[in-house]
Amino acid sequence: MCAKKVTKAAPGQVGTTGHEWDGIEELNNPLPRWWVWVFYATIVWGIGYTIAYPAWPLLTGATPGVLGSSTRADVQAEIDTFDAKNADIKAKLVAAPLDQIVTTPELMAYAEPAGAAVFRTNCAQCHGAGAAGVVGKGYPNLLDNDWLWGGTIDDIHTTITHGIRNTADADARYSQMPRFGVDELLEPAQVDAVVEHVLAISGQEHDATLAAEGATVFAENCVACHGEKGQGDRAQGAPTLTDAIWLYGGDRAAIKTTVTYARFGVMPPWAGRLTEDEIRAVAAYVHSRGGGE
Amino acid sequence: MAFLDKHKAIETHATLLMVLSLLVVTIGGIVQIVPLFYLENTIENVEGVRPYTPLELAGRDIYIREGCYVCHSQMIRPMRDEVERYGHYSLAAESKYDHPFQWGSKRTGPDLARVGGKYSDAWHVDHLTNPQVVVPESVMPKYAFLLNNVIDAKYIGDEMATHRMVGVPYTDDMMANAAADFVAQADPDSDYSGLQERYSKTNVSNFDGQVALTEMDALIAYLQVLGTMVDFSTFTPDASR
Repeated sequence: MCAKKVTKAAPGQVGTTGHEWDGIEELNNPLPRWWVWVFYATIVWGIGYTIAYPAWPLLTGATPGVLGSSTRADVQAEIDTFDAKNADIKAKLVAAPLDQIVTTPELMAYAEPAGAAVFRTNCAQCHGAGAAGVVGKGYPNLLDNDWLWGGTIDDIHTTITHGIRNTADADARYSQMPRFGVDELLEPAQVDAVVEHVLAISGQEHDATLAAEGATVFAENCVACHGEKGQGDRAQGAPTLTDAIWLYGGDRAAIKTTVTYARFGVMPPWAGRLTEDEIRAVAAYVHSRGGGE
Repeated sequence: MAFLDKHKAIETHATLLMVLSLLVVTIGGIVQIVPLFYLENTIENVEGVRPYTPLELAGRDIYIREGCYVCHSQMIRPMRDEVERYGHYSLAAESKYDHPFQWGSKRTGPDLARVGGKYSDAWHVDHLTNPQVVVPESVMPKYAFLLNNVIDAKYIGDEMATHRMVGVPYTDDMMANAAADFVAQADPDSDYSGLQERYSKTNVSNFDGQVALTEMDALIAYLQVLGTMVDFSTFTPDASR
């Protein structure tokens, strides 16, 4: 490269390397000076870099580098920076009584967008990006006034913290509808009858004779959870059967499937995955979607 | 610069050039690769990481077979935005029993390194059967056929033996009970106490909600354990690493 001094045949001409084949000679164009110096600079930079950052492996560890760089420390520092910026408002959010969060504009100014971010990241997969759930699939709509386990912010907070019918949290909300059909708790005819009764109390088209029969079956088997009038019981997560809102579908076939096989919707606990301020923020967010009590 | 003139001897002698090139590449390789095997900070031991149960291992095979890694990574990088979205950044130890690891390199879908326990089994069934039912904006293909593919434990022992050969610490006890554990994990009515003794923090559930043991069971068993082995409430990573 730069080993030999370039000799020019004449001003403006390029010399040769001395190689010659059948009269064809190899020109010896010098590399541009700027290129050569940049090349040397990169070597110097490389040496400096291995001094500044972790680089050379030794017997028990690697050279740590004079700058003390650490990816883990960097990300922790960045997280701490942002945590510190929100530390005050987060502390207020955690300290505030749950029922006062939604009525305190200062707290809601933070909880609303923070809760929305938590919701979109963790909750939207089941409850939908707009919190409308998945009709007929067992993923509840959170926008309406119909709540399985209660719609106060306290109820919502408990549900998010511990989840529903999961095995991961001992305090999870729990209830289990019996499988009236497959476990033969009811005769097939009784199942059909009680389905008609449920259609009747929810104001749908039904067979009046069968429904009257079903009313007895309902009184004997269903009222303990769903109530005498089918109004439901939030303490047990038993849905009200008299309205037009159905978690797993409200037509004849869907209700029959529910009575036959029962349903067992599971929600994971979020206490380990989300921090208390995040749970409170998302509880406030859900509460303020329109159905909060 | 007299020594540079000696280049001619090397450059005009093909065999010598080849031998010396190999020597240079070998030195470079040794310096870069060998320290990874003995440097303490590259082999961090983390409590809780255990080998996959037989059913999880079978699910992992399905994950690989279906090419899930093409769209999903299993590597939460140490960056604030990733930690905020997915949870604690991944540790090397968390994939030390993965052969091969499933870090992936592209995220058409979200990272799955900590998807375990995040959704219910029923959600996974709904989502794998028809992703758009629960996530309308999803572009994920449907994997409903997994529900129909019945699996058995015929080859799981051989596969565990292979993993054991490459360094996964399956004990003799685990090997002897491979077939029984395989079935027990998907059957909450079975006696799964042995399974839970052999493998810590094991999810036992009828994952797909069907009587038959299917590929859906195996895949969900695998998904539900991802990222759940390390308890980050008791583990603080050494910041100097």
